[in-house]
Amino acid sequence: MIHFEEVSVTYEGHEAPTIQQVQLTIPEGELVLLIGPSGVGKSTLLGTVSGLVPHFTGGTLRGRVTVDGRDTRTHKPRELADLVGTVGQDPLAHFVTDTVEDELAYGMESLGLAPHVMRRRVEETLDLLGLADLRDRPIATLSGGQQQRVAIGSVLTPHPKVLVLDEPTSALDPAAAEEVLSVLQRLVHDLGTTVLMAEHRLERVIQYADRALLLPSPAAAPILGTPAEIMAISPVHPPVVTLGRLAGWNPLPLSVRDARRRATDLRARLATRAPLSTSQAQHDPQPPTAKTSHKKTRTGEPTETGGAGGYDNPAEGRVHPERPAAEGISRLRAALRLRRGTNATPPRAAKAIATATVKALGVRRARIDALRAVTLTLTPGETTALMGRNGAGKSTLLNALVGMIEPTTGTVTVNGRTPHRTPPRELIREVGLVPQEPRDLLYADTVAAECAAADADAEAPPGTCRDLVTALLPGVPDDTHPRDLSEGQRLALALAIVLTGRPPLLLLDEPTRGLDYAAKARLADVLRDLAAEGHAIVLATHDVELAAEIAHRVVILADGEVVADGPTADVVVSSPSFAPQVSKILAPDPWLTVTQVREALA
Amino acid sequence: MPTNDEPPQQGTANTPAAPPATGGTPTHFAQPPTASTPVGEPAASGVPTHDPQPPTASTPHKKARGAGGKTGPAAGQPHPRRPRAERRRTPYTTRSNALHPGAWWLWAIGLATAASRTTNPLLLALLVAVAGYVVAARRTDAPWARSYTAFVKLGLAVVAIRLVFNVALGSPIPGTHTLLTLPEAPLPDWAKGIRIGGRVTAEGMLFALYDGARLATLLICVGAANALANPARLLKSLPGALYEAGVAVVVAMTFAPNMVADVARLRTVRRLRGRPTGGIKAILQIGLPVLEGALERSVAVAASMDARGYGRTAHVPPAVRHTTTVLTLGGLLGVCAGTYGLLAAEGARYGLPVLLTGLAAALAGLRLGGRRSVRTRYRPDRWGARAWLVAGSGAAVAAAMIWAGTYAPDALHPGVVPLTAPELPLWPALATLLGLLPAFVTPAPQTPQESK
Repeated sequence: MIHFEEVSVTYEGHEAPTIQQVQLTIPEGELVLLIGPSGVGKSTLLGTVSGLVPHFTGGTLRGRVTVDGRDTRTHKPRELADLVGTVGQDPLAHFVTDTVEDELAYGMESLGLAPHVMRRRVEETLDLLGLADLRDRPIATLSGGQQQRVAIGSVLTPHPKVLVLDEPTSALDPAAAEEVLSVLQRLVHDLGTTVLMAEHRLERVIQYADRALLLPSPAAAPILGTPAEIMAISPVHPPVVTLGRLAGWNPLPLSVRDARRRATDLRARLATRAPLSTSQAQHDPQPPTAKTSHKKTRTGEPTETGGAGGYDNPAEGRVHPERPAAEGISRLRAALRLRRGTNATPPRAAKAIATATVKALGVRRARIDALRAVTLTLTPGETTALMGRNGAGKSTLLNALVGMIEPTTGTVTVNGRTPHRTPPRELIREVGLVPQEPRDLLYADTVAAECAAADADAEAPPGTCRDLVTALLPGVPDDTHPRDLSEGQRLALALAIVLTGRPPLLLLDEPTRGLDYAAKARLADVLRDLAAEGHAIVLATHDVELAAEIAHRVVILADGEVVADGPTADVVVSSPSFAPQVSKILAPDPWLTVTQVREALA
Repeated sequence: MPTNDEPPQQGTANTPAAPPATGGTPTHFAQPPTASTPVGEPAASGVPTHDPQPPTASTPHKKARGAGGKTGPAAGQPHPRRPRAERRRTPYTTRSNALHPGAWWLWAIGLATAASRTTNPLLLALLVAVAGYVVAARRTDAPWARSYTAFVKLGLAVVAIRLVFNVALGSPIPGTHTLLTLPEAPLPDWAKGIRIGGRVTAEGMLFALYDGARLATLLICVGAANALANPARLLKSLPGALYEAGVAVVVAMTFAPNMVADVARLRTVRRLRGRPTGGIKAILQIGLPVLEGALERSVAVAASMDARGYGRTAHVPPAVRHTTTVLTLGGLLGVCAGTYGLLAAEGARYGLPVLLTGLAAALAGLRLGGRRSVRTRYRPDRWGARAWLVAGSGAAVAAAMIWAGTYAPDALHPGVVPLTAPELPLWPALATLLGLLPAFVTPAPQTPQESK
């Protein structure tokens, strides 16, 4: 269906090609998953199929891409519109009209299909994607999962033979992601659509793929194979594969179901041991060398890293993720200590006083109770994961804690102060929030200017922020424009800026959105270290693997109410939607992460 | 098909035309035909128990009901037996029975025309009340429907500004009732006729109030149309050649709220950097990120539109293409020349014909240009009986007010010198109430049952 012949793409202003030597054929009716670390050219490869690369983005394409016999060099994206449907990560950037039904019809209108054909296909698509109840609704009022389904539906109505999806579930909660993936599954099975999809969150998608296409490093030739084959060599892999590699299972299991069937002996081996409690594992200040010693160095053996999926990079010139992380952490510690020294602040971890208390908090917005009677106490050194579906009130709670929202009822106190009555200048020394879009925090043209501004804002000694940046983000020059940073780097910069005010309470909203496993592992290390330093940390996240990895405590919100609150292992193990993969595989024993299992077996 | 052929035939035969009277007479076979009428079933409740119909007859029965259900209430909702009062109600709005947006605009323009013909505050208040009632009864909870309050506020602001100007600049209305006297700024001779400060009279203030109220009513009528008719759908009714312009406007309209949301979000996020969220500096600092975000989003939408076939063109033979160009360009030139001719003293004789020919040529060019576009339209809005009624009610209000303006001008323009209490003229007021018709004939918005 899709043929790549010696394809390479070079963008203007770049010397080296972004992708090269792509030589492969994707047969009809397959769901092909495109995997690889950030920045290896996944989006570029996807763009060549729809013709947006190079017709829309610019750059030079060498070689030839044909889709169902049509050459993308001679066919513009609009002339491929009846053949290729493209859906991106942000559905809102995809919509042209304002109601669901119009959106579904838009593509067909452009192609000039007859009205009765359009009508029939819209009805069919509404049923296929379960959107019939939403047909007249304005798109802006839909939830994320619904929007993504509408986006997929809108490219399905012209009956394309190929569907290209760039991280379709990244921004969705687990349930909404399931919704979208089951639709894709159905398309492949019932309609024979060829699907080419890139996704970071492999734990969600790998079991649905017929084939996997691995881009191991920038400008390296891609490798096409069955998911199990690719997973055996892939530098990025979900926890289930990491566990499979650790246990030496062959072929590697890709789904929890496969893994569970083979895990009998592993469960037996682990039965005699108990996992280190999450908090113990995290407070344990492992020296960097201890971690590296876990790596198997024998050639041919896959190397293992962080538990929330692994990452190892065979490419030369790219630094190993773990080393800079470890190095960064020691520097971070130095930076924090330095600040402690200059400010003579006693280590907060010693105190058992609550950093923040939320009492019977209620927030109402436009007749909707966003939060209802939420009571919560956050203590120093504790990492709390705030989970729940989109719209459950996670962000509202975080915003109330930083005073961006005034409580309707109840009280919020952070270090004895009421956030929404505290002037911003003083508040940043009590509580810091890294928003969902870290870019929102960045105004300046360069990293250095951003740091200087942060120091001035927080009245911290000059250089404080820059030290933090160096610790969190080694090797970023001062004159880099924040826009040119990758998602993970931008997050680290925003985190450094927020930490400049030394807030004892640190809040992060959806920090792993758009991060690959490497960036995620680094973030986990950094947060764990901050918690050990005595920060109280609250993460609002959909990422169950991250929560399992670093959170001591999980609070689940639903419809603005707290429905579960307790130690991670207790809350998460029994839950079908919030349990991490390892926990699902090894249930009923309370194992949460591959790291725990590895340490127990060692 | 069932053995009993009669009921379905009857049922389909008198679908829309069935007079309500026949529906009320309970004969043995009255069930199927009445069930099929969109107004509903007879009130006689005892019938089904001794209904001699064989069970097979229930199939056509259902079918007929299904056909009727399209214009009826929300599809799929069972409505076994409705009281008489309920069947007079209009159906819930769906895509199929949605009123043509043009009808709402004509209705609103009708009310606005009526408002422009009078300064009688009682009539104006009545017009506002009529528009407000229809909006309250028929608007949905879609984002564009929320603009009504904004227009009402704008109207009030207009009245306030008009009054402030009157206080500050005085008014030409002679009056004897002085409310207060402001110090008058001396102005040079050449600025005669302009006054700053001075006497403020009750008559002048009243006149300004009437005048401002008229303008506010106009604005509120426009706001009503905006809240009731989806502006995007109105643009969809544009002719094919103007389609691309329409899309640009629609995309821009969806962008504006996004940008407003961006500004609001970035302003609150400034708090996280320990900076004040208000003030000019805040706006300046977030200006660039907001514009950057808007630019990025527009590039993303452009890519999406491109990948979805926006701007696909049909192959048009060169001859047609050239003719299009000649017609459009020639036509526009003709329009220019004709307009010049009309305005200039010499060419008045040729002006009109040249203008008309030019216009015709340009329109033909546009029409021919439409051939290049391969687009079709999905479920265009239909102009039905309800649309005629709505547009007609607006036109009737306007016509009645214009007529009243010639018949009883005094009642429409209550005097301010000497001060008199305005009276409500009976006939224009009753005519204004015609504008309420849309609240009773248009499909009702769904109650927000599954919206949250």
